[in-house]
Amino acid sequence: MRTTILRTTLFAAAISAATTGWAETTVLTIESWRSDDQAIWDEKIIPVFEKQFPEIDVQFKPTTPTEYNAALNARLAGGTAGDIITCRPFDNALAMYEAGNLADIKSLEGLANFSDVAKAAWSTDNSDATFCVPMASVIHGFMYNKDAFKELGLAVPKTEADFYAVLDAIKADGNYIPMAMGTKDAWEAATMGYTNVGPAYWGGEEGRMALINGTAKFTDEGFVEGFKQMAKWTPYLGSGFQAQGYTDSQNLFTLGRAAIYPTGSWEITGFQENAEFELGAFAPPAKDASSDCYISDHTDIGIGMNANTKNKEAALTFLEWTSSAEFASLLTNAAPGFFSLANHNFEVENELAQEFMAMRSECKATIRVAHQILGRGEPALSNELWTLTANVINGTMTAEAAAQGAQDNLDAWFKP
Amino acid sequence: MSHSIPSGSRWRWYIVFFVAPATLIYTVFAIYPIVESLRLSLFAERDAVEAFVGIDNYKKLFTEPYWADQFWNAFKNNVWLFVLHMLIQNPVALALAAILSIPNLRGAATYRTIFFLPTLLSVVVIGFIWQLILSPLWGITPAFMNFMGVGKFFAPWLGLESSALTAVTLISIWQYVGIPMMLFYAALLNIPEETLEAARIDGLNGWSIFWKVKLPLILPTLGLVGILTYIGNFTASFDLIYTLQGGLAGPNGSTDVMGTFMFRTFFGFQAQLGDVNMGATVASSLFFIILIGVSVYLFGVQRRLQRYQA
Repeated sequence: MRTTILRTTLFAAAISAATTGWAETTVLTIESWRSDDQAIWDEKIIPVFEKQFPEIDVQFKPTTPTEYNAALNARLAGGTAGDIITCRPFDNALAMYEAGNLADIKSLEGLANFSDVAKAAWSTDNSDATFCVPMASVIHGFMYNKDAFKELGLAVPKTEADFYAVLDAIKADGNYIPMAMGTKDAWEAATMGYTNVGPAYWGGEEGRMALINGTAKFTDEGFVEGFKQMAKWTPYLGSGFQAQGYTDSQNLFTLGRAAIYPTGSWEITGFQENAEFELGAFAPPAKDASSDCYISDHTDIGIGMNANTKNKEAALTFLEWTSSAEFASLLTNAAPGFFSLANHNFEVENELAQEFMAMRSECKATIRVAHQILGRGEPALSNELWTLTANVINGTMTAEAAAQGAQDNLDAWFKP
Repeated sequence: MSHSIPSGSRWRWYIVFFVAPATLIYTVFAIYPIVESLRLSLFAERDAVEAFVGIDNYKKLFTEPYWADQFWNAFKNNVWLFVLHMLIQNPVALALAAILSIPNLRGAATYRTIFFLPTLLSVVVIGFIWQLILSPLWGITPAFMNFMGVGKFFAPWLGLESSALTAVTLISIWQYVGIPMMLFYAALLNIPEETLEAARIDGLNGWSIFWKVKLPLILPTLGLVGILTYIGNFTASFDLIYTLQGGLAGPNGSTDVMGTFMFRTFFGFQAQLGDVNMGATVASSLFFIILIGVSVYLFGVQRRLQRYQA
């Protein structure tokens, strides 16, 4: 009897010793600004990875979007940043790479799964180094309250004229605020306003490349017209929009008080959870019936490695996994609205996400205008556009003055 | 006295013992950071190495339009903040303190607590509450003003360039009025009863006693509150503005103060990466502004203040 007990104890001890030996896990921390996606990572994405790599324990630790870069840079400087870093596209990530905070991961095999266009967002200008695995793009457009549209007998607008006719009809009816947007946080104005509908006027990629080549200026007609559109939006916003923040707008729309919400596909998950009406999406209106429509299909999220991480092996394993077909399909379906940039074939199940996907075939695609190359001045042009667009909508600045402001920013440092 | 302490002959070691903790804490958490920011402000990153650049950063801050515009805008806003605090917060605090110090006032303790309570709340809570109160969408202000029949005067104050800074300042005053009030209150209570009695016997009424007896006696406290307001307006204004208006201190930079400007420069904001050296330059300029203000007060005002020994 005694020996049995002794044996069992020994056996148990041996097992626990063995398991602790095995369970010596590496903890990887992910830095991200997608605090809205905490549950998605914790419950859907990370468990799948940890099942395959039980020796790696991944933790998703997001920061509020507007504070992300400041907080992350402080942590990088202090040596307390996470191992995996979610990358904003283009100039922002490039500057982090140049500062030695992001590691070059060009040797990662999985990168072969991505197109050059996708990789361009996280590579040096001459493609010598790639520092983030492209993760997802978001598509800009408008969401609308289908019930409200049915109630008022409205059809989805295709052209600028349709668009304002719809807004006028909603305004005349008076039951709904035509458009949910505020200028308090400024970034919505530029991101969901100017870079959303603007490309139709400056010809999408063509206009953007012309700015980079120096053959176009912000003071050219197309870019000014983008600002003029913003001024036209003012009467359709709710009263007190100047003090309306991003979350206010989200609530206004999901509570069914506003009919149209200028936005992007990243809102899909949150909105489908909160809204009690049917949601639809439409692309930014074309100039007129004979013109093309343009969407910002913005390479928005990449994922890279802290150059000073202590868990390089594990981090690379994780990054390699994020380039897999499994991750692509997991992400796109767990976080509908973030469309994987990988070349893998995968199904998008969410209907609203499909509506956004469909815009890719109907419209010409571009990215947010100030993000590539043009955003390297002081202040970064995209920040400047926030303020300028908000000013135009607030009526404190004319479209021409805003365009001049953006051009001044470029003139101060930019050599085409 | 036969047992007088021999002067200068013994090393009074206990002085070191008493002074050490404070010296240590201030050195680590105040003096060292100040010296380090001053040092950082004289360096700049050139080709990924930190190089000594002398006063180039300061030249940049005061001559390049992008920097100078932001600096003077923030400075101007800080001055407005200071003026409003001096014109509203401190007189209101003084009035409240004067009323509270009336002997046998009913409920004085309760009011004192109520006036002081907001000071104890976290700035984040204050910011959140006021943002909701003033919100044109969910706030009670528009409904309340309609009820009072002045609804047409409602505006989204926090979102308008013309009113945002004043609105933020008034919120700050609401929160912090308790501190000068307490200082005045303590000073008023310190005035000996005999002095006031003598004034009353001489035939002064309450109003004259306040202006001619009490006020001169608490003049040093007024000076102290003034200088605390001056320092606080440059340093403590950051958190409330950051919570209410965000890092860009909108709309269109109209609520930007030295604190938010420094934060944006040092840590970066959104697409803008942080610049440690320029951030330190802004911080050092702020340090000099406060230093000059405090020196002017110390040498120009405080030494001339007459202290009445009552």
